Amino acid sequence: MARLANPTQFLKLSAALLPWCAAAAALGLGLGLYLALFVAPPDYQQGEAVRIMYVHVPSAWMASLVYAVMAAGSAVGLIWRHPLAHIAAEAAAPLGAGFTLICLVSGSLWGEPMWGTWWVWDARLTSVLVLFFLYLGFIALEHAFDDKSRGTRAAAILALVGVVNLPIIKFSVDWWNTLHQPASVFRLGGPTIAASMLWPLMVMAAGFLFFFAALLLIRMRSALMEARLRALAFGNPG
Amino acid sequence: MSQFVALVGRDLRLAFRQGGDWLNVAAFFALAVILFPLGVGPEPELLARISAGVLWVAALLAALLSLERLFQPDWEDGSLEALALMPLPLELQVLAKCLAHWLSTGLILTLAAPVLALVLHFDFAGMGALVLAMLLGTPVLSLIGSVGAALTLGARRGGVLLSLLVLPLYIPVLIFGVAASEAASLGFNPQPALLLLAAGLAAALALAPWAAAAALRLAME
Repeated sequence: MARLANPTQFLKLSAALLPWCAAAAALGLGLGLYLALFVAPPDYQQGEAVRIMYVHVPSAWMASLVYAVMAAGSAVGLIWRHPLAHIAAEAAAPLGAGFTLICLVSGSLWGEPMWGTWWVWDARLTSVLVLFFLYLGFIALEHAFDDKSRGTRAAAILALVGVVNLPIIKFSVDWWNTLHQPASVFRLGGPTIAASMLWPLMVMAAGFLFFFAALLLIRMRSALMEARLRALAFGNPG
Repeated sequence: MSQFVALVGRDLRLAFRQGGDWLNVAAFFALAVILFPLGVGPEPELLARISAGVLWVAALLAALLSLERLFQPDWEDGSLEALALMPLPLELQVLAKCLAHWLSTGLILTLAAPVLALVLHFDFAGMGALVLAMLLGTPVLSLIGSVGAALTLGARRGGVLLSLLVLPLYIPVLIFGVAASEAASLGFNPQPALLLLAAGLAAALALAPWAAAAALRLAME
């Protein structure tokens, strides 16, 4: 980790990793979409509308995962003053907000035919909405100060405070009797979803994961280069 | 301990002698609640149905508006840095400031709530649960708010930003506060919601001072 703290090393390593991540993302999303839209069977109750799941569920997983990445980056940055960790957290925030928005919108589109409503105020939906606002708060706080490092670290503290929300999202469907269905993939006793639907879902999830990794690397690289440009513009060799 | 008490006393004296901030909070709370009967109509059944929610939303907003004076004046005149030199750990100072803030806002809101509840035709049977829920919930508002207030010290457009940071975190208090108040007025057992509020208070008491103190250190760098 100490070696990675060197931005030059990171730029070198990330340049090598990026094409692989991007290729894996393209492959995962391409294959996943094909499997989800053409190969996976329609649901016996939901019909073709079940295919919304292949976008909704991976984006929901990513919404939580990206927040965990962001919070971990914030913690590492605050504790060890690791310079790249804050950059990673800040690069992850808009991506996480995007995944959360996709999750909310696709869930809303799925809810209309299945539940007969675009939105219900159940615990899962509400806690994911709170997650979305936490992302927005992080981004707003990061840019609210004239001193860049102040905003970075204030936002990092907020990210850590918001971690409370992650277990609430995960267990909201178990703790409260909600309209949103309980976990059917990551649960004790194995998944309850049919294998013919589980595989396309997993391929899509892998595609989403690599898509996030590729975008994260691109955003981190551009943030580092931007910092370099600014340093050059002010004639500061550091 | 004596330093803790002294700090609470100082903040309370400032709150009650400077321009009557606590009166502003009470007046805002009352006005915000009074807008609802004028807005949705005076039917007693309708008002009784929404009364718990209206009271809690108004209390949340009143607490939010009072957050800026938690650290802002001390930060502006530099006394925050003087306080940081005290032997009392910054975390405990945050706790003392939250206690003083609660005594001058949350407690006022709790005392005003039953009166305003009558105006909204809130069922008398739920009054005990409402007051108890307010007693448990409003300190959480001060504690969570202290994190937001410390984080936004010196930020551009801090007020709007503060509400963006704090209101999402206030949502659980709103949900369980309303649940406890409504359950009692509808004849159900308010205990589960009250226990969840108490759990929230315990968690906020233990965790919020750390986050707020870290944010204060950042602001004083």
